[in-house]
Amino acid sequence: MTLTLALPSKGRIQAETIAWFAGHGVEIARTGDARQYAARAEGAAGLEIVMLPAGEIPGALAEGRVDMGVTGEDLIRERVPGWADRISIARQLGFGHADLVVAVPAFWIDVERMADLDAVAEAFRARHGHGLRIATKYHNLTRAFFQAKGVADYRLIDSQGATEAGPMNQSCEAIADITSSGETLRANHLKLVEDGLILQSHAVLCLSKTAEIGAQSRETIDRILGGDATPSG
Amino acid sequence: MTPVRQGADHAAIETALAAIAATFAEAGYAPVTTGHLFEAETLIDLYGEDIRARAFLFPGIGGPGGSDEMCLRPDFTVPVVRAHSARGWDRAARYAYQGPVFRRQDPGSTRPTEYLQAGIENLGDPDAAVADAEVLALIRRALEAAGAGPIEISTGDLGIAFALLDALPMPPRRCHQLRRHFWRPARFHELVEEAVAGPSAPGATRARLIAAATGPEPDRAVAVLAEAAGQPIGLREVDEITARARALAEAAGEPPMPAEHAELIETALSIKGPAGNALARLRALTDAAGVDITPALDRFEARLEALDQAGLDAARMPFDAAFGRNLEYYEGFVFEVTARDGSGARPDLPPLAGGGRYDAMTQRLGAARPIPAVGGMIRPEALLAASGERP
Repeated sequence: MTLTLALPSKGRIQAETIAWFAGHGVEIARTGDARQYAARAEGAAGLEIVMLPAGEIPGALAEGRVDMGVTGEDLIRERVPGWADRISIARQLGFGHADLVVAVPAFWIDVERMADLDAVAEAFRARHGHGLRIATKYHNLTRAFFQAKGVADYRLIDSQGATEAGPMNQSCEAIADITSSGETLRANHLKLVEDGLILQSHAVLCLSKTAEIGAQSRETIDRILGGDATPSG
Repeated sequence: MTPVRQGADHAAIETALAAIAATFAEAGYAPVTTGHLFEAETLIDLYGEDIRARAFLFPGIGGPGGSDEMCLRPDFTVPVVRAHSARGWDRAARYAYQGPVFRRQDPGSTRPTEYLQAGIENLGDPDAAVADAEVLALIRRALEAAGAGPIEISTGDLGIAFALLDALPMPPRRCHQLRRHFWRPARFHELVEEAVAGPSAPGATRARLIAAATGPEPDRAVAVLAEAAGQPIGLREVDEITARARALAEAAGEPPMPAEHAELIETALSIKGPAGNALARLRALTDAAGVDITPALDRFEARLEALDQAGLDAARMPFDAAFGRNLEYYEGFVFEVTARDGSGARPDLPPLAGGGRYDAMTQRLGAARPIPAVGGMIRPEALLAASGERP
């Protein structure tokens, strides 16, 4: 009986995840050289570690290719539409804090709230011939948020990196991006929209609802979680 | 996924499509075909970003990154109207089309991602009541020709709500905002509530901005404030901020919306029932409130008469004043046809047909002024499922 755990393949989230498991009786040690993305676990029988990029872990959980995984809540919600049917969040791990926020040029002193952004979007289209361009890599979360806030006349522009620089380069007017501090925003002459917090994200330990997890593996999971009840599903 | 049809299933769908096509052709609707693919830009510009979640999109080849995104057609109306416009707007035309459309669905949804539509578009007919009735009557005739069982036709008229917003005395800016968000009912409701509450006192930053925009040398004064807040970046310029600040100043001085106006709007939008009764109630409601939307209600009445003449029992047809608010391009008459069995509607099936009036969209597609436009489409697969031809 094996139980597979997907671990982020690099970065601070990996180190913090390993530390979290150590605190819960499971020692994870990387094997081979740093570029081999291999590791083994001690302290939980049958537990196998799979290293995956954090962004691929939601899909692996949703499809049941792994039983457990640690990744950012933002990635679960963004990458797996209808995620709650296929993945359960077993634990907020208390690290990996990141806010997904809407930010506009600080120079736009007439924009304080999302409703202002909507008013600006309409006038902007009349003047410039297109709606506001919002750069993001979180298309689903951003679209749902703008819809809920009743913002029209915008379009999403895909941005997979250095998103904050977009408004300065005139490739977009505003952004929806992860920020763990306001530093990068300020450095790029941007400010938060007051009610523009899309999601407060944390690292989460997730269980796949589509994987077949046997009774023995369930016990292992319960033990790791500290004897608390395993969430249903 | 493409449904595979063979044998009797194949014959059934071909027979239904042929019967529908023959009915449309007899009525003088010229068959047109359109491509399956078109530029996503047009579509997203027209329907807004929300359509992107429902359309199949992918990068085109050979253009700069993303700007030539392509889209599998999610319906026929836009491609047919664009094809019409290519030869000029100022002529009446009747078109009929058939083919598959493509919609992304939520995971776990049993709705099809690819399904057939067989429909018509009636463009440029100045008699809106007659054209509306013609389209609905023809859709019903085609459904019968294709072997539909018992049906129910539901109707609405978004023109009534727009007429009400125009007729109620309110600042133009507010009327514009309400019209703009009519298709987003939650936001619309919020705007009505805000209007009733009246402007709240601006915060310190906003008060400074309004003072700058309404004082001497507004552009310079706003520029000073804006540049103190951040380096000017992006396409949006200082005078755009000034213009918006002036609009904020105007809004701050606007009188609250009387609570009875808000109630009138919400009450009018909640009217449901047989169309004849709904018309009478709307007349009584607006008369009592002293608000004149006679032209819109006369159009409604003229349509009921035209539908009667076309052989439909219009006065008893179900009417819902809020029906169609989730479909941004409709702004007048809307209808939907559902299958019925002995016990009532069949919620397990998608609507068999639907359509409506979309004059304003023609302007967004390039017409110099709104062109009269009304259309309707049948979903032959739903029709066959309802009449038991397919399990």
